[in-house]
Amino acid sequence: MSDLESFRAETAAWLEANCPPEMRRPVVDESDICWGGKNPTFKPGQKEWMDKMAAKGWTVPDWPKEYGGGGLSRAETKILLQEMGRLKIRSPLSSFGIWMLGPALLHFGTEEQKLHFLPPIARGEVRWCQGYSEPGSGSDLASLQTSAEDKGDHYLINGQKIWTSYADKADWIFCLTRTDKSTKHKGISFMLFDMTNQGVETKPIVLISGQSAFCETFFTDVEVPKTYGDDVSSVVGEVNRGWDVAKYLLGHERSMISGDGSSGATSLGSKFADQYGRDEMGRLDDPMLRAQMAEMDIDVLAFRAMAERFGDTFKANLCHPAQPNMMKYAGTEINKRRHELIMSAGGSEVLEWESDASNGGLTARGWLRTKANSIEGGTSEVMLNVVSKQILQLPNA
Amino acid sequence: MPLYLNDDQKMLQDSAADFMKGEGNVAHFREFRDKNCKDGFSHALWKQFAEMGFTGILVSEDEGGLGLGHTEAGVVLEEIGRNLTPSPFLTTAVAGVEALNAGGKALRDKYFPGILSGDSVLALAIDEGPKHRPDQITMAATREGNGFKLDGKKQFVVQGGSADTLVVAARTSGSAGEDKGLTLFAVDTSASGLSRDSVRLVDSAMAAHVEFDGVVVDADAVIGEVDEGSALLQRMLNAGRAGSAAETLGVGAGAMDITVEYIKGRKQFDTIIGTFQALQHRAAHLYSEMEIARATVLKAQQMLDEGSSKAEMMVSVAKAKASKATSLSVKEGVQMHGGVGMTDEYDIGLYMKRDRALSEFMGDANYHTNLVAEMHGY
Repeated sequence: MSDLESFRAETAAWLEANCPPEMRRPVVDESDICWGGKNPTFKPGQKEWMDKMAAKGWTVPDWPKEYGGGGLSRAETKILLQEMGRLKIRSPLSSFGIWMLGPALLHFGTEEQKLHFLPPIARGEVRWCQGYSEPGSGSDLASLQTSAEDKGDHYLINGQKIWTSYADKADWIFCLTRTDKSTKHKGISFMLFDMTNQGVETKPIVLISGQSAFCETFFTDVEVPKTYGDDVSSVVGEVNRGWDVAKYLLGHERSMISGDGSSGATSLGSKFADQYGRDEMGRLDDPMLRAQMAEMDIDVLAFRAMAERFGDTFKANLCHPAQPNMMKYAGTEINKRRHELIMSAGGSEVLEWESDASNGGLTARGWLRTKANSIEGGTSEVMLNVVSKQILQLPNA
Repeated sequence: MPLYLNDDQKMLQDSAADFMKGEGNVAHFREFRDKNCKDGFSHALWKQFAEMGFTGILVSEDEGGLGLGHTEAGVVLEEIGRNLTPSPFLTTAVAGVEALNAGGKALRDKYFPGILSGDSVLALAIDEGPKHRPDQITMAATREGNGFKLDGKKQFVVQGGSADTLVVAARTSGSAGEDKGLTLFAVDTSASGLSRDSVRLVDSAMAAHVEFDGVVVDADAVIGEVDEGSALLQRMLNAGRAGSAAETLGVGAGAMDITVEYIKGRKQFDTIIGTFQALQHRAAHLYSEMEIARATVLKAQQMLDEGSSKAEMMVSVAKAKASKATSLSVKEGVQMHGGVGMTDEYDIGLYMKRDRALSEFMGDANYHTNLVAEMHGY
């Protein structure tokens, strides 16, 4: 047996032996996702599973061991994820620390910052949120105004962020602030600070889905020390060069959001044919819906091939640096169409907003949630601008 | 296997691109169209295809070919599409060879030398109506003496007028819609009772209506087994469809490139029209669709080469997706060119016509969308 084959066998055996049964059921709603943090709400099995995986470094399998990771190679990480998928095992820990801040620190952070911030992320001890957008700075993010005034040993933060995901539940924030008002892109810094600081307020925003995952976040004379302890800077990368970090992370975020939302799901048409009824030929008993479902199946399978190719070319350094923008555009647009179709197939039953039968309006709320996909992390229109200028090299007006 | 071309495949792509751009370019296409060539392609160019080794891509090394796969055939086809190169490559060296690969050694020994030397042309006699419906084939092959007698009509037999051999799908038993009872034959076009009416298509390619009036063939004309041709036909269709998707992709990519170049140069209102967001967003959307189609086509080719049991599904996905993306590309192309897009002088219209013909070849996007639903069990 090759090393990778024995790694696969050992991994599968360990997962089977250690994963609590509750963590092997499909994720139904938000409460089934484990976010960790200082004030966590755990459902049965979640904490046990998070701690067991964290002890092996497998909450962040491809991070180096010294920062709390598993130190796995790319191939081993892929095997771990494959085996978790095969055994229908849930992710032990979800967090913006893992998805966003971690990659930023691994790329731009000092050794002291990595050692200080990464292990608590890996163990699920600190929950992070992302402070990017502002009321007046959406698509034009670099116009952000939240100011960080240099006060010698600390920065004084004043301003407002919006669309801060789970700011009300987060312990710390990675935040873009303006440290130089005389210039646009080169006057932004990437700062890390505690949400329990005096002067930080959060207010959840009620969305059309009835949910409120996003917040408005207000900063009034918040004092952020320049260093934590002796040598851990509160700024990632250089002061005034935070846009470099943000751009790097937006690439990450765009590839992350770009999933078509259908991972592992079987074809929409086969799922709904059972529910909807079939004609004597065994076909979904609504020719127009059947045709739309089949077109969606094709687009989902085609986009999966695209995602595979994007991943392969990205790793081999063969893809255009602006390609994540195209992926984000295409994936989110497909996901929105997919949910339109799910609503159409469900008819009046999925209109129910609170009933037990509708699982509290799960389908409808999910449909409404997808409308944000093509807005958050850069709108579809901004993605198309980037593709047309950077990839197709179309000229500026 | 990563979903991009490996170094050998990239070398093949470079040489195919140079060859088509040099020898089989749009000027060459126009030359053969304008002299109203009855075959619609240059036999000298076909000989050059053979010298390059292209005609032997799917032929095993033991039998004098390159022993490569559908991915490599697709690499050549994409360049054919991009340059609108007229050739019988898809019917002869891809679908035709794939059928013969599934047949006996005697047939391969008979036909491969001519294909490898660029002397032979194969065409496929499958369709019997205006739309591709291979499961509804009714043409009859009845036993007669040592062989069979063929009676019926076929249409949209691309390159049928210049072909020396036809791969013919006919019923030896059963009725339309049944799996069992189909048989494939290799039939010489000089056979008595076989008549061909070769017609020019919208894209200037030549296709024939073929009538079989008591055409007698020997038993050794049977490719594979009598009554068991259904799986073999499927194998040939998979190769032809993946190949046609690759050629379509080349047509779409070529059309997109010339359109993007055009809007970078054309000025109206004292402004380069490529600076207008109305055009930029549509061009970027088109790029996205073409990229997805490219990934899908390559995935289908790789799955065919690996012998995956799910290849057939992906081939249909690829044929449908490539067709839709390319159709968007050529239509946006003509529109973005404006008035000159309607002229014969500009190439963009030629791409539109080529896409229209290719989309019908071995099933259009609707046909394959329906197949995907059926394969998913709804």
